[in-house]
Amino acid sequence: MIKQISLFLENKKGRLAHVCRVLGNEGINIRALSVADTTDFGVLRLIVNNPERAYEALKAHNFAVSMTDVLAMEVADTPGGLAGTLEKLDEAEINVEYMYAFLGTTSQGALVIIRVENPEKAVSVIRQAGINILEGEQVYSL
Amino acid sequence: MYWNQHYECMPREQLEKIQLERLKNIVERVYHEVPFYRRKLQEIGLEPTEIKTLEDLSKIPFTTKQDLRDNYPFGMFAASMSDVVRVHASSGTTGKLTVVGYTRSDLNTWSEVMARALTCGGTTKNSVVQIAYGYGLFTGGFGFHYGAERIGATVIPISGGNTKRQLMIMKDFGTTVLACTPSYAIHLAEVLESMGEDRAELKLQYGIFGAEPWSEGMRQELEKRLQISAVDIYGLSEVIGPGVACECQEKKGMHLFEDHFIPEIIDPLTGERLPYGEKGELVITTLSKEALPILRYRTRDITVLTKEPCACGRTHVRMHKVMGRTDDMLVIRGVNVFPSQVEAVILEAGGTEPHYLLIVDRKGSMDELEVQVEVSPEMFSDQVRGLEDLERKIRCQLESLLGLAAKVKLVEPHSLPRSEGKIQRVIDRRKI
Repeated sequence: MIKQISLFLENKKGRLAHVCRVLGNEGINIRALSVADTTDFGVLRLIVNNPERAYEALKAHNFAVSMTDVLAMEVADTPGGLAGTLEKLDEAEINVEYMYAFLGTTSQGALVIIRVENPEKAVSVIRQAGINILEGEQVYSL
Repeated sequence: MYWNQHYECMPREQLEKIQLERLKNIVERVYHEVPFYRRKLQEIGLEPTEIKTLEDLSKIPFTTKQDLRDNYPFGMFAASMSDVVRVHASSGTTGKLTVVGYTRSDLNTWSEVMARALTCGGTTKNSVVQIAYGYGLFTGGFGFHYGAERIGATVIPISGGNTKRQLMIMKDFGTTVLACTPSYAIHLAEVLESMGEDRAELKLQYGIFGAEPWSEGMRQELEKRLQISAVDIYGLSEVIGPGVACECQEKKGMHLFEDHFIPEIIDPLTGERLPYGEKGELVITTLSKEALPILRYRTRDITVLTKEPCACGRTHVRMHKVMGRTDDMLVIRGVNVFPSQVEAVILEAGGTEPHYLLIVDRKGSMDELEVQVEVSPEMFSDQVRGLEDLERKIRCQLESLLGLAAKVKLVEPHSLPRSEGKIQRVIDRRKI
């Protein structure tokens, strides 16, 4: 299980750059990100090398920020790799709330970040389905 | 053209005699019928019999909206409920309504002053009057309705909204007098133009617009676009509803019907009475109301009174168009909005003390309210759906409380302007 940083952003010029600058100044490296947006606002989700530090830094800069448990799931970096993994999740009746790709790869393949309803419970089910889930430190240091 | 020439053009000495007689009666009556007034007068040791001249009115303490709220719902009524035939209400600052009542005689008085007002605005028994004010707890629709019926005009009680149907009826029924808020009148003009309708097919001649402040510039625009003569009408439910004062065709201030209401202008800070011609807060005492007589009610509206005779021949004082407020109340599409109401809604929806900003703008013709709310850590959820739910919850609550659709926009923490730590609550961009 890994920690994801989420924060509220207005759809306004320069906001994303501002977040990245704050993190950069703290020496924090962004490993993966996704933006879910509506007309007026967006939710930025980040995987970084030091979640606690990123959380405190963003809080200190007055962002509405929260930390969420997500799973880093290893998938085969081949055509159909992700499809096969997701089918296994379906069979295990695990519902993916949202998902996005990780920038780097492991020696075994690509990584995707998923958010599911009950991460603690889902971990064992997903592992039983034969999918590799990485622990926090393995991901932060990639 | 007068509805009641005898009273409207009465020499001032005679008018003031009537006022004094009625003032004595009303003070006597509230002293005996309304515990609130008896206590207030006893506190300052004033007996009703000590009111001997009109100047003595200034000895009486003010009545405020808070007093009405404290005595919610019927505590300020001077008539028994069996004689009260109607109640109306407006939304208060904290969700509680401000309730007003009418006896049969009050409805008669209301019809009388509204008949005068509508006659000022050009209505006759041959007019077809389209009333596009809301009918309901709001006093607008009914007040106009009674006045137009009293005159004997043909009344179209269409109420607000459904603009295309309004225009169809205006054309097909041959409406000659339009009664609505000035911003809605502009909207009607715009839709009319956009539909490519020919103005020549309308019989519209007069507009009587009120329930929100509007400017001379807006009058010119309305008169030009709708090709009508437009007058301003003033009123408030605490006093009677619409029909307290109305412009005549001279359009140089609204004649305030002084045989039923005594106006004063005060310095809103000191409460001192100011002479005619000076700008200040309008205070009104009702002279003939039975169910809810009110002594020295602070309207919070800023205006100027003039005693100068008007070319129309009416002798009653004229009040200038309302120039502002002494509190933070906003009037948006005829609806009274207090920032504290909005705050209560956000607090309930978001579960935390909110930072928010009301932005009122006139987009095209209609007033629009945007409520910007800073997303606090307590409100923030990782889910977009959660934030959208929050937006929707605030919007729906505001609509049900105020009866006004507002746009709700979530903004980042600390993004709203602050001065000395205090957040600015309202930006009014309307040019009125």
